[in-house]
Amino acid sequence: MIYRAEGLTKVFSTGFLRTVKIRALDDVGFEVEEGEVLSIVGESGSGKSTLLRVLLKAIPPTSGEVEYRGRPLRSWKPLEYWREVQAVLQDPYSSFNPFYPIDRILYKTLEKYRPELPEAERVKAVSEALEAVGLSARDVVGKYPHQFSGGQLQRISIARALLVRPKVLLADEVVSMIDASLRVSVLNVLHDIREKMGMTMLFVTHDMGLASYIGDKVLVLYKGQAVEYGPAESIFSKPLHPYTQMLLASVPRVKERWRERVTSVTIEFSLAGSGCPFADRCPYATEACRTIRPKRIEAEKNHYVACHLYG
Amino acid sequence: MPGLLVADSLKAYYFTKRAVVRAVDGVSLEAEDGSVLAVVGESGSGKSTLGVALAGLVKPPLRIAGGSVYFKGRDIYAMGDEELRSIRAVGLAIVPQFAMDALNPTARVRDLIRDIIASHRDSLPIDEEDVYRRAQERALQIGLPKWVLDRYSVELSGGMRQRVTILLSTLLNPEVLILDEPTSALDVVVQRLVIQYLQDLMAERAVKSMVFITHDIATARQIATEMAVMYAGQIVERGPAESVIGSPLHPYTKGLMSAIVEPGASIKRAKLEGLSGEPPDMANPPKGCRFYPRCRYRMPICEREEPPEAEVGGIKVKCWLYAGKT
Repeated sequence: MIYRAEGLTKVFSTGFLRTVKIRALDDVGFEVEEGEVLSIVGESGSGKSTLLRVLLKAIPPTSGEVEYRGRPLRSWKPLEYWREVQAVLQDPYSSFNPFYPIDRILYKTLEKYRPELPEAERVKAVSEALEAVGLSARDVVGKYPHQFSGGQLQRISIARALLVRPKVLLADEVVSMIDASLRVSVLNVLHDIREKMGMTMLFVTHDMGLASYIGDKVLVLYKGQAVEYGPAESIFSKPLHPYTQMLLASVPRVKERWRERVTSVTIEFSLAGSGCPFADRCPYATEACRTIRPKRIEAEKNHYVACHLYG
Repeated sequence: MPGLLVADSLKAYYFTKRAVVRAVDGVSLEAEDGSVLAVVGESGSGKSTLGVALAGLVKPPLRIAGGSVYFKGRDIYAMGDEELRSIRAVGLAIVPQFAMDALNPTARVRDLIRDIIASHRDSLPIDEEDVYRRAQERALQIGLPKWVLDRYSVELSGGMRQRVTILLSTLLNPEVLILDEPTSALDVVVQRLVIQYLQDLMAERAVKSMVFITHDIATARQIATEMAVMYAGQIVERGPAESVIGSPLHPYTKGLMSAIVEPGASIKRAKLEGLSGEPPDMANPPKGCRFYPRCRYRMPICEREEPPEAEVGGIKVKCWLYAGKT
């Protein structure tokens, strides 16, 4: 088991005298096996970035537990943990210092995480990592970040992470800023490191198509809560939670046009009450939904949903 | 009948000290009464520059380097400033990309509406109460709460500000509306509401024609009647949206279509085809066809000569594969 998270909660205090509490993560649980890819999907404000920051050890959870390879996350020393868990972030343009040649960060990464590697082998390691993402050292070394497209920079970010030889790759919206025609090159690199290296991946995205494409399993977050969790195939062929259903119906498909009208709801930012976080937008909401928080139940095999419709 | 808004061999270049960037390089298109023309392109394709040039908002270092834009048959670049201003907001309006970040932070949304009314009061009869009522009704249609009119833009989220700019630009029912990436900051559920709102405006004839500029072909598909695909400053394929989506002709359009990932897709079943290579430097584009370095069907002629626009089954396509096949 790579990750096991249970009851993961992160509360941010804000406002006057820090009396306003925002539950960015609220009782989230999931498991990731070795070699598995988990897609974490949600809209803005869903808590997906907070979850990623917790998993990166950038912020501690307020309560709940994450275990990484059987040990509580907090017991891992940062450097020891990051040697095994590397991240690729959303904005490739801000991941690189514009004043230095781009290969500098590749060598810095080796110095930090693999200091035992002899000088002579570093050049080889860098060119191997670049090859794994479909680039050659000749085209990269000595050049500056502005000389690359977003797609190339993102592949170099992945190469940097691969240099560490991590067990796990955390990917945060890695293709959301990249054009469609260049996106494919990044996705195909992820395909290769998944198939050839058997890398475990957590793939954070707002894009249901990508979540479906990349993930073995999917975790759907809404206002910090895990509303649905299960095998990708099961979730995309038979979404159970009304929120997941609404999201999927709203994704534009290139081959078909929307036929039905949608009713406008004014979505105001509200602090979650005691009930279901989706109750104020849900077409099936009852009084119970507004007052009692639904428990997570296994509605289909390995497919969990937190909704009163199912129990 | 000619379109409400017509571009004829339009060229808009950025003249900088170092280079001339040919962002829009010979674009012809028409936005007809009753139609929504989607301009689909990636970053650097020139689509935003095209939007600005179509709206008559060209400012240095951007200059019109050739061709014309006609609004209802009149050349907008031959108009005086006064005449051009008089058609803004009621005739020809644009929602520029990132307009939401340019809202005056010291004014409430209500004040912005008052400004719009004030600047057009001389040229057309406006019932102020009517406009506020319309603003409130329309705010609800795009999922904005009523109180949004009494807020300052800094108090609103990015998604709300983006919808406010759409609300403001449609308030006086412009005949032609140009929208540049109008849903880029929106979550999918709200995006669908906004698309529906724009469709309603078309159905009510509140707006007669739209140019919808986007990188997202699937979103474009939801609203477009016509589609133009832009690559490296030129329209490489245009025609009825159904045809361009259903049977794309240009290798670039085909590549874009094959790069689409929708829910239900799985990496385990198929690796994506997509496109290889990178888009060209617009200060120094390839001589012949601008797409040839990335094209899997390229022929010797593609490198030497720019392809002419051929018409095949209702689609106009700029590609040597189809030249002479009309």
